[in-house]
Amino acid sequence: MTAPFLKIEQLAQRFPSPDKGGDQLTVFENVNFGIEKGEFVCIIGHSGCGKSTIMNVLAGLGEASEGVVVMDGREVKGPSLDRGVVFQNYSLLPWLSALKNVTFAVRARHPGWSKEEVKAHSYKYLELVGLTGGAEHRKPSQLSGGMRQRVSIARAFAIQPKLLLLDEPFGALDALTRGSIQDELLRIWQGTDLTVFMITHDVDEAIYLADRVLLMTNGPYARVAESVEVGIPRPRSRDEIVEHPNYYKVRNHLVHFLARRSKELAGKEHASANGQPETVRFPDPQDEASERDEPVRPTLRAVNE
Amino acid sequence: MDWNLRLSLRVRSIILSLVILVVSLGVWELSISTGGSDRPLTEYEILTGGGAPKAGVPPPSDVIAKAYEELSQPFYDNGPNDKGIGIQIGYSLYRVLSGYFLAAAIAIPVGFLIGMSPLMYRALDPYIQILKPISPLAWMPLALFVIQDSQASAIFVIFICSIWPMLINTAFGVAGVRQDWVNVARTHELNNMRTALTVILPAAAPTILTGMRISIGIAWLVIVAAEMLVGGTGIGYYVWNEWNNLDLTSVIFSIIMIGFVGMVLDAFFGMIQRRVQYSE
Repeated sequence: MTAPFLKIEQLAQRFPSPDKGGDQLTVFENVNFGIEKGEFVCIIGHSGCGKSTIMNVLAGLGEASEGVVVMDGREVKGPSLDRGVVFQNYSLLPWLSALKNVTFAVRARHPGWSKEEVKAHSYKYLELVGLTGGAEHRKPSQLSGGMRQRVSIARAFAIQPKLLLLDEPFGALDALTRGSIQDELLRIWQGTDLTVFMITHDVDEAIYLADRVLLMTNGPYARVAESVEVGIPRPRSRDEIVEHPNYYKVRNHLVHFLARRSKELAGKEHASANGQPETVRFPDPQDEASERDEPVRPTLRAVNE
Repeated sequence: MDWNLRLSLRVRSIILSLVILVVSLGVWELSISTGGSDRPLTEYEILTGGGAPKAGVPPPSDVIAKAYEELSQPFYDNGPNDKGIGIQIGYSLYRVLSGYFLAAAIAIPVGFLIGMSPLMYRALDPYIQILKPISPLAWMPLALFVIQDSQASAIFVIFICSIWPMLINTAFGVAGVRQDWVNVARTHELNNMRTALTVILPAAAPTILTGMRISIGIAWLVIVAAEMLVGGTGIGYYVWNEWNNLDLTSVIFSIIMIGFVGMVLDAFFGMIQRRVQYSE
């Protein structure tokens, strides 16, 4: 078995106890999982289980107490342009226009490029998220939440990272906007070999977007307990996906985990010996061939608004 | 009151301002021209000089006439004690701006350092706290002794009074830059210099400019007093000189000019401040 593109090994986060001599506080421990190249993986868990800490470690913005992260054969230490991050609060620089926020990133990625090259490249990605025709010259404060997140996504894609990290990117958006940006995200992602790791609280969002959903137990002593394969072929459309026989099975499994088992499993030892999360797969009665071996991923598909 | 609603707030405020101006000038003018009785002087009053014209506060009409006279030829130079108002203000501005920009050149980098390093902040804080409340004029004797030059001493006084608001505001602004924005710089692999210039500086710019605006206001307040002490040239010296000449018309005129220049300086920094302002 070859090593996956992104490998997280024995990751743990502990804080010293507030009172002297007490046990240290462990947020999560024994976190092991791998992500294949080009895979879209969501992670779900209740607040406080350390999802955001894992995200920060992957981004290189924080350090875990124990464990290593290896991407593409190299240990992740410190931030890198190989890993693009989209934060929940967009984190756009408010004194720059939407366009300048993207050129800021492109210039960092390609310091040798001319102004025209930087601009053309930035426009290409702003176009992908539908932010042209004057809107690109507005400051973030003059844009709606959805537009801001589009700029943030354009900025992350524009640096052409190997790994895209999304920290609850749609959490602050209304349902309609969320849906259309999810579609845009999928459209831009499909046809690339970009690996995506995304935190979400939304079960439906995870099923719609992800190849695999990682489930975390509640903290303290949280861990990644299960890896649920969604197993619904792409391209997916919002209305057809619910008719897939696996949809409700996966959905019920996720909801049940969040509502009950995340609590029951909290603090318990791993079931599997190698510390890897248990893989949960729902066989597809319509199509016995495993989608994992040969993912169907056409480069283009109709956009349904 | 229909007309009241039709006129915009702006027009109404201008009208009210003009009314206040006319009324206050009118009261001033009238209060001065009355007084003095026609009763013949007693022998005692004649002996004690009671008949001599009393130096009084001049009426606004005299001040306006003086202003017209001075402003129609602001740059004449008839020797050390008789220079045009433009030259005097020019000297003051030269001292204020050189002291001020010298202070900015030190306060902003040091403020950056203090804002970015908790260690430097703690180490330098006691000095700042002690030096900040010292009246800038208290430095004057020491400056005169050490520098041995009254011009440079005046500039030093401006330097020392304008450094603190800029230093403190820069440190405060830099320390308060949102971690998210610093993270953006980090995830884009910017080095420290690029981060400071492209993320922290624009993020802290509104706070820094607030400090710069406070400083220029203080510097303009202090220059008048400093020039009264060092003498020679400048608007502060001019005021004191005209007081020694008992030319109150010129004193009032120069007071108004001080206010006017201060307003222009503040408006200029206000303009820059608005340019670097951003809303989240």
